[in-house]
Amino acid sequence: MGTQTDLAVEAQGLVKIFGTNRAVNGVDLKVPKGAIYGVLGPNGAGKTTTIQMLATLLRPDGGSARVFGHDVVKEPHRVRQLIGVTGQYASVDETLSARENLFIFGRLLGLSRAQSRSRAQELLEEFDLSEAAKRPLKQFSGGMRRRLDLAASLISQPPLIFLDEPTTGLDPRTRAQMWNTIRHLVQTGSTVLLTTQYLDEADQLADRVAVIDRGQVVAEGTVDTLKSSIGSASLRLELADAADLDRALAIISGVLNTTAIERTPRGRLTVPLADAEQVADVLIGLRHAGIAITAMSVEKPTLDAVFLALTGHGANTEEVVLS
Amino acid sequence: MNITNSRGLSQSVRHSLTMAHRTLLKIRRTPEQLADVTFQPIVFTLMFTYIFGGAIAGNVSSYLPLIIPGLLVMTVITTSIQTGVQLREDMDTGVFNRFKALPIARIAPLAGALLADTVRYFIATTLTIAMGYLMGYRPHAGFGDVVLAGLLVIASAWAMSWIFAFFGVIARTASSVQGISMIILFPLTFLSNALVPSQTMPHWLQIFVKINPISHLVTAIRDLANTGSVNSNLAISLLGAAIVVLIFAPLTVRAYMRKA
Ligand SMILES: Nc1ncnc2c1ncn2[C@@H]1O[C@H](COP(=O)(O)OP(=O)(O)OP(=O)(O)O)[C@@H](O)[C@H]1O
Ligand SMILES: [Mg+2]
Repeated sequence: MGTQTDLAVEAQGLVKIFGTNRAVNGVDLKVPKGAIYGVLGPNGAGKTTTIQMLATLLRPDGGSARVFGHDVVKEPHRVRQLIGVTGQYASVDETLSARENLFIFGRLLGLSRAQSRSRAQELLEEFDLSEAAKRPLKQFSGGMRRRLDLAASLISQPPLIFLDEPTTGLDPRTRAQMWNTIRHLVQTGSTVLLTTQYLDEADQLADRVAVIDRGQVVAEGTVDTLKSSIGSASLRLELADAADLDRALAIISGVLNTTAIERTPRGRLTVPLADAEQVADVLIGLRHAGIAITAMSVEKPTLDAVFLALTGHGANTEEVVLS
Repeated sequence: MNITNSRGLSQSVRHSLTMAHRTLLKIRRTPEQLADVTFQPIVFTLMFTYIFGGAIAGNVSSYLPLIIPGLLVMTVITTSIQTGVQLREDMDTGVFNRFKALPIARIAPLAGALLADTVRYFIATTLTIAMGYLMGYRPHAGFGDVVLAGLLVIASAWAMSWIFAFFGVIARTASSVQGISMIILFPLTFLSNALVPSQTMPHWLQIFVKINPISHLVTAIRDLANTGSVNSNLAISLLGAAIVVLIFAPLTVRAYMRKA
């Protein structure tokens, strides 16, 4: 039954309008079966809104979307049987214990009492929650809540799992654990669509990435393509004399064959760098031209840099972070 | 994989029962939720009986057959306001987002909440009657009729809870649900024959008291518990309860589905 398709998600021209705010403004997505697909974007880009439409939680104001060939608006009940959703904010019962939460969700998903109980036990062990299983969630740490949240989405081993910012707010160790869990999900045959604000997370996990900004997809492809479009690193220079800015840029462009992604009137420059060895060439070029610098650093590409390169404006988040 | 685009009735019932189970688990985790159904029957019964007993019926023991059925109705129906308040609080928590994404009957969380709350009405009913008994109330009708009277109160409170569930679904905050519900319930319960006979009231008020459905329910309970008689008041009460459900259940469900 259902339409044969190789796509887990296929969205065309999705639109969601809140008042006058076009939160999602014509998003197209094609998520292949069995992939980890990353949706990358800054605060307010429309990531959560997009996921909510795909997960039948919000009705699109325009466009259409299919999950394994089933229309999310016309066949929501079918779609819900194929997905697991872990929202950006905890969606488990605060007053209940971890075990009780999983038990109730299991029952709602059609498992018998005994099945629900044993599935809850399995997931508690798998997600390292056994010790705290009986305590009400109010006493849980953020990381434990996040893990339980994910566990609750996996009770029926759904073929498609939505994860909205699965690692935001987790410490590095828990974050790495979460990454492993996500990889494991895909190895066992699921498709994962996750959102993130971190380029390195997309880098670590995703096969393909869509970068969205202001409700639109501004770039799509593998992480490698995305990164090579802005260089694998960036070089940041501070000139002693801001008057040298144009001259310095000309020299840099000559060596690196790119233009600056950031320049400030005070004399600071950021340029994409395909190869770290080129730094020496740039510095020698500047010395020959008699341009003095006060500081220099090489940084890995940041989400901010991706945005600058792709959209011409900053990601305007405080948390844009570099790996 | 066997997936369908609709859910059968038996599935909806099962999901609702699971939701009711969830509410009961929550009560077990936070038993303070039961404070109102525990203390109110005890405090109200003591307070009203000793305050009004002498003045209205000459002494406490002859007031008991009048007041206990009246308080029973007042207390249990007041309890049903909490259904709306708790529904609002519950719908504001994150777990409701997950319910929406699960392949379950949309109505299950609502139906489960209403179902589980009958436990609260049961507690309030039992405690009020037990308090009456401790204070010397001996209903003349047999045990069976008192149980029947209790069931009638529980059924009526359940019917009324649809009204408050409706406010719970449409209101924005839990405290506003409480507020609106009190405004409706206060005149209905106090401007009735629950605490005092209506004969001493001014004429215009008597008219209201007479048509007030709560008065019919109180009279039906009194007659049933005190004399074992089944009369038109019982029929009117059941009819009234049915009408409330017929109007408010669809309204509530519609409003709920729009939000869910
Ligand atoms: N229920 C809502 N009502 C009104 N506006 C909303 C609503 N939900 C989201 N928005 C707006 O839609 C835009 C996109 O929000 P969305 O939550 O999808 O962004 P996001 O990419 O998930 O951001 P974040 O990284 O902060 O989670 C924002 O401008 C937000 O203010
Ligand atoms: Mg979001």
